[in-house]
This record gives sequence, C-alpha cells and structure tokens, in this order.
Amino acid sequence: MNQLNNPIIEITNLNKWFGNFHVLKNINMTIHKGEIIVICGPSGSGKSTLIRCINRIEEHQKGKIIVAGTELTGKMKNIADVRREVGMVFQTFDLFPHLTVLENLTLAPAWILKMPQKKAEELAMTLLKRVQITDQAFKMPGQLSGGQQQRVAIARALCMNPKIMLFDEPTSALDPEMVKEVLDVIKQLAHDGMTMCVVTHEMGFAKQVANRILFMDQGEIVEENHPDKFFISPKYDRTQQFLSQII
Amino acid sequence: MTTLSDAGIEIQVFKPMPDLPAPLESVGIIGWLKGNLFSSKINSLLTFAALFFLWKTLPPLLSWTIIDATWSFSSHPCPTEKTGACWTFIFVKFRVLMVGLYPQELLWRPILTFVIFGGVCVLTALRVLQTKLLITLWFFLPLPLFFLINGGMGIETVEQSLWGGLMLSTGLAAIGIIMSIPLGILLALGRRSSMVVVKSLCIGIIESIRGVPLITILFMASVMLPIFLPQGMSINNLLRVQIGIILFSSAYIAEVVRGGLQAISQGQIEAASSLGLKNWTITCFIVLPQALRHVIPSLIGRCVALFKDTSLVIIVGLLDFLGMIKASAQDPDWLGYDAEAYVFCALIYWIICFSMSQYGKSIEHHNQW
Amino acid sequence: MLQAAVIGIILYAAHGLLVNTQANLEARNIASGFGFLSLESGMPISNSLLPYSPADSYGFAFFIGIINTLYVAFFGIILATLIGILIGVARVSNNWLISKLAEIYVEVLRNIPLLLTLFFTYTIALAALPIPKKSLMPFEGFFLNNRGIYLPRPIPESGFLIVCLAVLIGIIAAFMIHWFAKRLHRETGRTIPSFTLGLIAMVAIPAIAWWLTRGPIAWEFAVLKGFNFQGGLVIRPEFSALMIGLVLYTAAFIGENVRSGIQSVDMGQINSSKALGLTTGLTMRKVILPQALRVIIPATTNDYTSLVKNSSLAVAIGYPDMVSIGGTIIGQNDQAIEIIAMWMGVYMTINLMVSMIMNWLNAKVQHIGR
Repeated sequence: MNQLNNPIIEITNLNKWFGNFHVLKNINMTIHKGEIIVICGPSGSGKSTLIRCINRIEEHQKGKIIVAGTELTGKMKNIADVRREVGMVFQTFDLFPHLTVLENLTLAPAWILKMPQKKAEELAMTLLKRVQITDQAFKMPGQLSGGQQQRVAIARALCMNPKIMLFDEPTSALDPEMVKEVLDVIKQLAHDGMTMCVVTHEMGFAKQVANRILFMDQGEIVEENHPDKFFISPKYDRTQQFLSQII
Repeated sequence: MTTLSDAGIEIQVFKPMPDLPAPLESVGIIGWLKGNLFSSKINSLLTFAALFFLWKTLPPLLSWTIIDATWSFSSHPCPTEKTGACWTFIFVKFRVLMVGLYPQELLWRPILTFVIFGGVCVLTALRVLQTKLLITLWFFLPLPLFFLINGGMGIETVEQSLWGGLMLSTGLAAIGIIMSIPLGILLALGRRSSMVVVKSLCIGIIESIRGVPLITILFMASVMLPIFLPQGMSINNLLRVQIGIILFSSAYIAEVVRGGLQAISQGQIEAASSLGLKNWTITCFIVLPQALRHVIPSLIGRCVALFKDTSLVIIVGLLDFLGMIKASAQDPDWLGYDAEAYVFCALIYWIICFSMSQYGKSIEHHNQW
Repeated sequence: MLQAAVIGIILYAAHGLLVNTQANLEARNIASGFGFLSLESGMPISNSLLPYSPADSYGFAFFIGIINTLYVAFFGIILATLIGILIGVARVSNNWLISKLAEIYVEVLRNIPLLLTLFFTYTIALAALPIPKKSLMPFEGFFLNNRGIYLPRPIPESGFLIVCLAVLIGIIAAFMIHWFAKRLHRETGRTIPSFTLGLIAMVAIPAIAWWLTRGPIAWEFAVLKGFNFQGGLVIRPEFSALMIGLVLYTAAFIGENVRSGIQSVDMGQINSSKALGLTTGLTMRKVILPQALRVIIPATTNDYTSLVKNSSLAVAIGYPDMVSIGGTIIGQNDQAIEIIAMWMGVYMTINLMVSMIMNWLNAKVQHIGR
C-alpha cells in the first residue's frame, strides 16, 4: 500500500503571506503514493491554507510545490494539470444548489474529460453507490442532510478520477450523528488505496487510518510522527498542550 | 525543568520561527498595483484604457469647473474671454433657485423652515432620539412648517403661485412621503383583508397607479380633479399636484409594506391570538411595527425616488428646483449658461439623494434606526 | 356586514363623482365620449414611423404616439440590458479602476432625476453640434448637426427579399448548429465551438445571398438644400436624447441587479468549481450565471416596466410619444378624461405584457439544469 519512494506531493520551503501576515512559514512536506496524512492543529495555524495551496486555490509567494510531477506556478496550464489530479472536499460541501445530485457529479466529467453524457451518468451512479447514496441521485442538494451532501461532494470529487484527495475539515460542519457516515466513507477510500491528505480534529479517525500525523501551529509544522508514537510521546511542549486540549 | 511525556521521553520546548516580512512584489503599493490593476494581460489593457479615458476627461472637466471658472459675486454676466464655468450665474440666481418667487422681505420664513427641517434631518441621521419620538416629530412637522411658509392666522400670507425652487421640491417630497405612508399602510392592510370587496378595491388601486407613469397621475390631478369636484369648489394647482404625488407614492409604499408584512411569520399571529388579543390589536401593535422595521431601507429608497420624481412637476406648470433651473437658464439677460445651471442642479440633487441612500444603507448595516 | 357598508360608501362616492363630473363638463362645454378620435387633428408630428399628415384623425395621431412609445421602449430595453450587463460585470471585476469607474457611473446616474439627465443630453445634443451648413461628416454620407443625425436611406430593390430570407435562414442555421452541438456533446462528449460557428452562419449566409443578388439596395443620400438636409434617413435629436438618457439611466439600475446577482453566488461554489478543474468560462456559464439570473430577472422586470413608464418624459423634450401627443390633443379639445383613460389603458397593457414575458423567463431560469 505504501510506496515510500514514490513521492506524489513535494513541498519545499513553502512560505505564504496574507498581506503582511506570515501565515505559512518554511513548510517542508512530502506525501508518497498511497499515504494517508492527517494534519491537525489549533485554529489559525494555517492547515487549511496549506492544503489549499496544493491545488492553487490559494497562491504561495515563496517556495516550491510539485504535485504528480508538475510544479505549481502561475501558469494556467500547470494549474489545470494539477487540478485534474487532485480532488478536494470542503468543510461547507459546496454542492451546486441549482443542479441535481447526478448533474453535480456529471458536470465536470462531461465538460473537462469530454465524456458522453451516458458514460458520465454511469460513472456517477457507480460512485454514488460507493458512497452509499444512489437513491438520492435525482434530488436537489437542498433536500439532503449535511452528511448526505458531504458524501455527494466526495463522490463528485472522485468522478474526475484524481490521484490525490484533499479533505479540508470534512466533518467540522456536520451534526455529530452524521460525522460517522462521512468518516466511514473516507476510511473506505483509504483502504482502497487512495492517497489522502486530511485536515481534521477527529483524532479517533486519525489513529485508525493515518500513516503520519502532522501537527501545525502558527504557520509551522511543529512535528510529524506515526500515530502510535504521536499521541503517546509528543516531542514538543506545544504538541502536548494541544493534545491535552482535544483528547 | 524537564517534563516527561506519557512514554517517559523528555519533551522539548518548541522554538517558533520568527515572522518574516512579505516579499516586496506582494505587499505595499507594488503588491496592490499588481493584484488590482495589472493581474492579467486583459486587466492591464483595461487599466491603460481607463487611465487614457481619465486623462482625456478629467483635466478639461477640472479646468472648466474650478480652475478657469469665474467665482465673482458681481451681478454682470461673465466676460466672454473666460473659458471656464460662470458660477456668477448661480450666485446671482441663488435666491430664485432656492425659494422661487417668494417675496424677498419675508425670506426669514423659508430660512427658518430650512433650519428646522435640516435640524430634524440631522437629529434623525445621528440617531439620538427614540423611535416613537422621532416618528411623532416627523408626523407633526409638516403643519407648523407649512404655516410658516404659507402664512394665515395673523401672519401675512404668501400666494402659493409664488412658491418655487428647492423649497417647493423638498416640500412636495416631504409632505408626499409623510402623507403617503399612512395611506400606503392602509392600502397594504386592505390588500391582505379577507373581505373580497376591500381586497379587490385595494389591489385595483395599487396596480392601476403602479402601472402608469407619474406624468399621467399628475395630468389627472391637474386636469381631472377640478372636474370631479362639486361646482363652485376649487383647489389651486399646487394642492392638486400634491394630492397626485401623495396618491402615486402611497401605491408604491403599499407594495413595500406588503413585502414587510409577508415576512412576518404566521407563528407570531397565532401566538398573539392565543393570548386573546383581537385582530386589529395584533395588526397594529405586533405585526405592523415589525413589518415596518424590516422595510425601513426600502422606505428610504422610496423617499429618494419620490424626491427625484418631484422634478416632473415642471410638466404641469409648477416651478420646482429643476423648473427654476431651466427657467433661469432661459433668462434673456443670462443666456448661454445651461451647462452651469444643469451641473449645479445635478450637484444639489446628488448630494441630497446620495446622503439619503447612504443613511438607508447605514440602517441596513446597523440593523436598527 | 362591514363589506356591505364599504360597498355602500363606494357607491355613494362614485355617484357623487359622476354627478359632479357631468355638471362640470356641461358648464365648460366639453364633449364626452370618444367621437373626437375621428376628427381631423390638424397637428404636425415631427417624428413618425408611419406616414402621417395633419389631415389624419386624432385617433391616428394618438396611434402614432403609441407606436413611438413602443419603439422607444423596445430598443430602450434592449440597449439598457446590454449596457447594464457591461456595467454589472465591470462592478464585480477584480480590476480596481474599472470597478470604481462603474461604481461612480451607477452612483451618479441613480441619484439625479431622469428628467435632469434628459435635459442635459438634449441641450448637449443641440448645443454641441453645428448647424446643418457646417455639419460634421465622420463617414461619407453621414451628417451630424443640431437638426439630427442624417444617414443614407436604404431603398430595397429586387432581390432584397432574398437577402431577408437569407438572414432568416442564417438565424435558423445558428440555432440548428447550437442544437446539434448540444446533441453531439451528450452523445460523444466532444465539443465544437458552436457559438463561433453560429455567428459565422448568421453572417456568411446573408453575405453570400448579397453577393449573388449583387447588393440589392440603393442608397438615397441626404443632400443639403438651402439651410437643411433633404432625403435620407433622419434620427432627430429629441429621439437621440430620449434614448441616450433613458438607456444610461436604466442601465445603472440593471447594472446593480447584475452585480447583486453575481455576488449572491457563494464563494465556496467558485472554489469547488476550481477544485474540480472547471475553467473560468465554464464556471461562469454553468455555475454562476444560472444562479445569478434567479436574482437578476425578477429585479430587472421592475426596471423594464419603469423604462416603459419613464418614456413618458418625452413630453418634456418634445419627442412625440403617446403622452406628448395626448397632451396636445387635450390642449385642443379639453377631453382630458378620455385621453387619460387611453393612456392608462395602453401603459397598463404594455407593462402587463412585459411582466408576462419576464415571468415566463423567470420560470425557465428556476428550472435551468445542465
């Protein structure tokens, strides 16, 4: 499952500023194919900003990001290539409210991958099956619960056949009883071998699934470790402080 | 002092990296320019086009309005060599533009009216008074101010045909709004009534008035009203026009209030009636105040619209602000100053309307008076 | 019970009104009824789209007024929409200068009365342009002066109908190309530039017909005779001023609608669109626009009906619309009640039709899918 010598995301000396505010400081990070990385940290630590830089939703000012062999620069072609390989799921689901669930999924494959409508719909149904939500295919997003919407969002990202999936606090906006159904889908994806980078506060999930946990605070990666060691023997005081607050 | 983790391994103190300043190209003036004006090829092209346009229009405009303009207070037309605006024209005509043909020796009355009215406006804008006090103040304002301008009851009367200028515009608009709000509320309530006759009548009135231009209403008021009145009774043109404006405005206010009423949830009404309150009480004291509070920004929008609409009274023979501007520009002794006249007119209207709509926006923002 | 009382009051008031009206009309010797419409009008109309002479009836004169009002309203709505869209898009642009300029445009035009804007454009249209003898001539055969814009008048010759037919075929062809492209995409996923192809069809087919029939249009040029131009096609300054003022004014309001429509779309949608790899064009077409139109269309209905009503300001600058002509008729025979009733009838009908069309559009937009 893990091919430790097959880096798929390489981040070197990444620095980002919002105006004059130094939000990401010298980030160095590598993700290999098949790895599952969890990033945690207090709010304002820059974790969302970091993964948004990976598919250029946010722009970085200094440093290098290489995704699936393509370096991320300002060039539109590079950005388009990267976004084809990377799927992203947001905290606020962000489904298109004016399209049905099925249309939400087939939009990008039909227009970017130039798939015939029928093939796109078959693909969409397959993925809806994978996230266990086929019966809602013709409903509007507004008619679904939060958990259902997020599962649709995951299916929508998977429709583009990405090599990497990014999750930006996928369960933070959900009611507690719906968190499990979404985490189960993500766990299943992990078992199927998808390379993933997940920003989350769900430590139970991290313990079960992650290969590595990164702890960020105030724009820096403070430490990273295997989950077994991370929770029991944190290296730094900051990490311990954080862990004592959330566990 | 060293601390130990659960596994007994020594925990180190983390030394955070210092904040570094952002690279030059992304902050400060250069950063702003890059982000906002030159972020792409198309944007850069547009920026240059816009700058070119400004370079062609702003300097001539500035030199005409300010630099080359004549600002003297003399009473003679400007020397023809001067290429700038002749603001002397405005200074000379100022009194007429403000109060029309109001007798010069009684000018203290419009001035006093203006001061009082302005004072109330400022108090409203500064939000220093309680809501109920403010509404009562506004409601009872027209009568004494009207008497100040008009006269009667011992004070010397001034013929209404002499009224004009900005005083007339403001008066028509203010009385129009103040009188049309209660009327509009009645129409809106009538439209929601369960009595078929009342409901159809109100819908008929509202939709007829809203479907036709203000000019036709003004014509109707000016020309048809005398025909509708019993023989012998007559009302002067100003009153007819004012009635027309009030009727016109009330239909639009009715629609605004209706929107506010629809926003009040049924639950409120049910809760109130379960407390034993009668229908009328519920409407007056629970539903209406909330509905009105919801639509205050829209009501202010209607004020602005009505103030602009009063400019149409020139078509039925009244010389309001715009009317006096036009008439002054056609004075045989002062020909050729149309540009100055219209620019000044636009400036005054703009200041008043913009201030009103900014006030409306600030209400929306603060979500209260 | 209360209803009966209300009906009673209304009937009483109406009765009183009728009695007064009859008495007053008699006293002033004003006729009643619509008979006057067949009388000879004797009034000249400067700007008429159909042939008219003062020997025609009042009824026909009023009809000319209605045509003029419709003409101004129709083209006014189209132009105001186009400019309004430009202004709205400029307002949301990330170019600070463009956005600010559009904002200034909107704030200036929305806060001064339309009548003032009309006076402004009318005096500029008249004052700034030279007398016919010294007309400006930007192109051969085009003359600009203070009596109007003079263009060559097209006189269709034989074969013109074929070109008209070709234009129609071109439009149909464009629609068919669009329909075909949609089907092609559904079946195979391939996209063709249907917009460009459609445009080419709409231009090429008539162009070919034109070439085949050897250009079946003769041009009658305006010629300076004495102090004025004769012949050719004339756009009068009253019309130009009315159109320019109306369009610029309404475009400011439509621009604000477009802006609030576009801004009503949540930023998260745009982010997830980007993350999926959708281009800016596709995001605009498939995500932003459908949602924006749901806000824009209801709001713009109001502005369209306002434009129709505002066209009545033509009376202030001398363009012979329905109110202008009606006002002149009232001046001649005092039959105000009938004329005002006709005004109200026509305006309400026009606005009803505009509302119906917009409601149909609105319903369509609510169901827009892929």
